[in-house]
Amino acid sequence: MSEANASATRITPGNALRPEDIALQDATPGDAVARYALGLGDDALILAQRLGWWISRAPELEEDVALANIALDQIGHARSFLTYAGRAWDKTEDDLAYFRREPEFRSVHLVEQPNGDFARTIARQFVVALYQWELYSRLVHSSDPTLAAIAAKAVKEVDYHRDHAIQWVLRLALGTEESRRRMIAGLRLTWPYVEELFTDHPLIDEVGDAGVRPSELRASFDSAVGTVLTEAELEIPAVPGAVGGGRLGRHSEHLGYMLAEMQVLAREFPGASW
Amino acid sequence: MVTGTELRPSAAPDAAAWDVAATVCDPEIPVLTIEDLGVLRAAHVAPSGRVEVAITPTYSGCPAMDAIRDDVTSALHAAGYDDVAVRLVLSPAWTTDWLSDDGKAKLAQYGIAPPTGKAAAGPVRIGLSVKCPQCSSLNTRELTRFGSTSCKALYVCNDCREPFDYFKVH
Repeated sequence: MSEANASATRITPGNALRPEDIALQDATPGDAVARYALGLGDDALILAQRLGWWISRAPELEEDVALANIALDQIGHARSFLTYAGRAWDKTEDDLAYFRREPEFRSVHLVEQPNGDFARTIARQFVVALYQWELYSRLVHSSDPTLAAIAAKAVKEVDYHRDHAIQWVLRLALGTEESRRRMIAGLRLTWPYVEELFTDHPLIDEVGDAGVRPSELRASFDSAVGTVLTEAELEIPAVPGAVGGGRLGRHSEHLGYMLAEMQVLAREFPGASW
Repeated sequence: MVTGTELRPSAAPDAAAWDVAATVCDPEIPVLTIEDLGVLRAAHVAPSGRVEVAITPTYSGCPAMDAIRDDVTSALHAAGYDDVAVRLVLSPAWTTDWLSDDGKAKLAQYGIAPPTGKAAAGPVRIGLSVKCPQCSSLNTRELTRFGSTSCKALYVCNDCREPFDYFKVH
């Protein structure tokens, strides 16, 4: 394996998960399926990067561990999706994670939102986990065997993320006056970015049965959200939706700063490993 | 549900390669072999002499997978197989139902409570009792669902007061 293909995230060069390691079939995804997988992979990658910030900063040690574990699961999903997508263009997961520019990322705006306080992070987790669970529980029926397999693995893990977020929403909303105030504020800041998750994009028409149409997830998502918010004695925030565009590479001001931090080492020392 | 041990190939050359791979332990749970865990899924010796081994990750982000892949390769090289290919197979997705009974007993001896019950098809929200591996009390509680590794939760025993890891049903 040449230095150029060495991974910046492995202990020794040559240990990166290569496309041939995801051994479901030797087929390469078509361009549309690859672009679809790229969007899902980017969502998981950017969310993991955001969650990783909490390590050592969470309100209690158990939460450091929980958020780190959730981030690790998301990195696992990102690696699978990006490795698979990269096959279409002869790129490794690292090429895609570290050497793309901001407009080349296809993640939704929700995942790049700042962590804010713990309640705001939980609000974001609550939305992401419920959305991802609805998505992956349908993606297991994808006509693309690799996407189906990644989803089958991911849905079990996201189920824990969902449970974790719901428990915290209830705990904060029904806790003290202060925790409730913060939970409400966190939801208000998060809600404008919900719309984009369920907006159909022309790509989904090209992907067909291999993907899941975002708009079809909305009803189940709303119902799941409603159940939790009722129990938490909260209402869906009445805030206007934000302008999306993440799937087209149009991002908010937050992503560039994140990428600068995430990519600096790989760009400073291409092919570095430790 | 087929546990890891039931997958051992019947053809003698394949079984011999399987037995070598089956000696590899999980680096994070050194008392369990990858066969006990159900992580080892297949071993086959091709006509060319190349050994093809398939492993499945417990969790998507499990960092032990890379170490396991290297350890399987080294073990087979040491046993005289020169050409080894270890593939990562995602489907069917790993479940704790694949843990062998032997594996569960080893976990408990090691101080990790084995998973209680079967992984259901849908989400379950009932708390089954988890037995304390130190004093066998069922009077235990979950401290945090996320523990030292992806596959474990942290529990504490209300009787002997000792904290312990619980291998989550997955």
